[in-house]
Amino acid sequence: MESHSVTLDVRRLVGRFSLRSTSHVGRVSFLLLEMARAIPEWRIWIPRFFEQAQAVGYGSLFIVGLTAGFAGAVTSLQAGYQFTGSIPVYFAAGVIVESIILELGPVLTALILAGRIGARYAAELGTMRVTEQIDALESLGRSSISHLVLPRVLAGTLMLPVLVIFSDVVGIGAGWMAAKGSLGMTNADFIYGAQYFFRPWDLWYSMIKSFSFGLAITIVPCYVGFSTQQGAEGVGRSTTAAVVSASVLILFLDAALARALLPR
Amino acid sequence: MIELQRVSKRFGNLVVLDGVDFAVRQGETVALLGPSGVGKSVLLKHINGLMHPDSGEVWVDRMNVGLLKRKELARLRSRIGYVFQAGALFDSVSVRDNIELGITDETSAADPEYCRARVAQCLDLVNLPRETAERFPSELSGGMRKRVGIARAIAGQPTYLLWDEPTSGLDPVNAGIIDSLVEKLDDELGVTSVVVTHDVRGAFRVADRIALLRDGRIRAMGTPAELRASADPAVQEFLERDLTIPVTH
Repeated sequence: MESHSVTLDVRRLVGRFSLRSTSHVGRVSFLLLEMARAIPEWRIWIPRFFEQAQAVGYGSLFIVGLTAGFAGAVTSLQAGYQFTGSIPVYFAAGVIVESIILELGPVLTALILAGRIGARYAAELGTMRVTEQIDALESLGRSSISHLVLPRVLAGTLMLPVLVIFSDVVGIGAGWMAAKGSLGMTNADFIYGAQYFFRPWDLWYSMIKSFSFGLAITIVPCYVGFSTQQGAEGVGRSTTAAVVSASVLILFLDAALARALLPR
Repeated sequence: MIELQRVSKRFGNLVVLDGVDFAVRQGETVALLGPSGVGKSVLLKHINGLMHPDSGEVWVDRMNVGLLKRKELARLRSRIGYVFQAGALFDSVSVRDNIELGITDETSAADPEYCRARVAQCLDLVNLPRETAERFPSELSGGMRKRVGIARAIAGQPTYLLWDEPTSGLDPVNAGIIDSLVEKLDDELGVTSVVVTHDVRGAFRVADRIALLRDGRIRAMGTPAELRASADPAVQEFLERDLTIPVTH
């Protein structure tokens, strides 16, 4: 009898989860469709896009640079620790550059922006939802998608690859300096090692990842913020949910893109 | 003309509107009364398509709101001013920008001279000093925020005005000022208004007709005198609380 009710509970849970997931997928698809329909309203979203792009891009430079610098330096130190003995020292340079371009640059930048921009988008839109500002905008015959969502999504999606390039440059620079300082690597060794393992596809791969992560860290928080209910507590819940969901999605996308795009 | 035909709306298991029939004639002011949480604001949001009914139809100017395309709905909304309960002002921009967003005609909105003049005119209409335009919503009192919300709603010269609890949370003096404003705007602008409120005295003061929403349906609807004379115990129970002091209309 007891096992029967446990089975029923599990079924109910699975059913509820499936319904909720399907509902989210449907609503996100509807949001994407609305965004596509708002593209011709460029007079509205372009000025707001530049405001958002400045906030996302310029506003994130410091934290992205700081994280990339430390990541590059630590990667360099760890590579030096691991590649000791008979392995040529330029191997470490290859590991540093490839780690930063393929993984650390895009993923760390995206995770930082999921916290910084994702939380901001979800909190802004969530507050606007619960204080009826979004309803007010729509009641004036204006599209909340072209005023609020499209500029944010485009700004985040287009600025993330730019920030990743910046992060790669800072990370590789810091790794190079650390390698010179602590591993005694010469500039010639570093350049040789970096070029030896580098393939142009790596940069494309990094940009495809950045673009995909950019979509994740903007669409998810905008959707979650737009769906906010129940006052200040709801805004808090949405902000947390946006950051967690965007971060988890980044990790899933990272694995999926590595499987799909890297030659085996 | 606004007409709701057998409109039903539920949230989960909670039935909020249960086959509501409700009509507002051109040029009149109808107050929608009812206890808090009965669905008055939900009903109001169906009129400009901010919410859609689970069943039933909403007609405005002989257009079925539920069947309107995106641009048609935007055009209709530009003719319907909506005054939100808490103002719903855009808090990241100034009062001027808030009111300018209310200018829904694209040609007028693109003309800076017109916008400046219209903002000043709207602030005059709601009895706010013109300097208020440069302030931010967070710098205003509750009553002032409500009035800026009204100024934004009338900036586009709407033919309909939907008022969601215009006097809730205000002291009697400010509530009186807002009621006077509702009367003044209805008279001066000749708009058709629906005023959602649980303030019985205010409703008797501003409305041509009054409707009582209860248990998801319109329980009674008529002129203030007809409602006062109603034999329905539910109507009398609701009116008795606030009408012990006579009001003039």
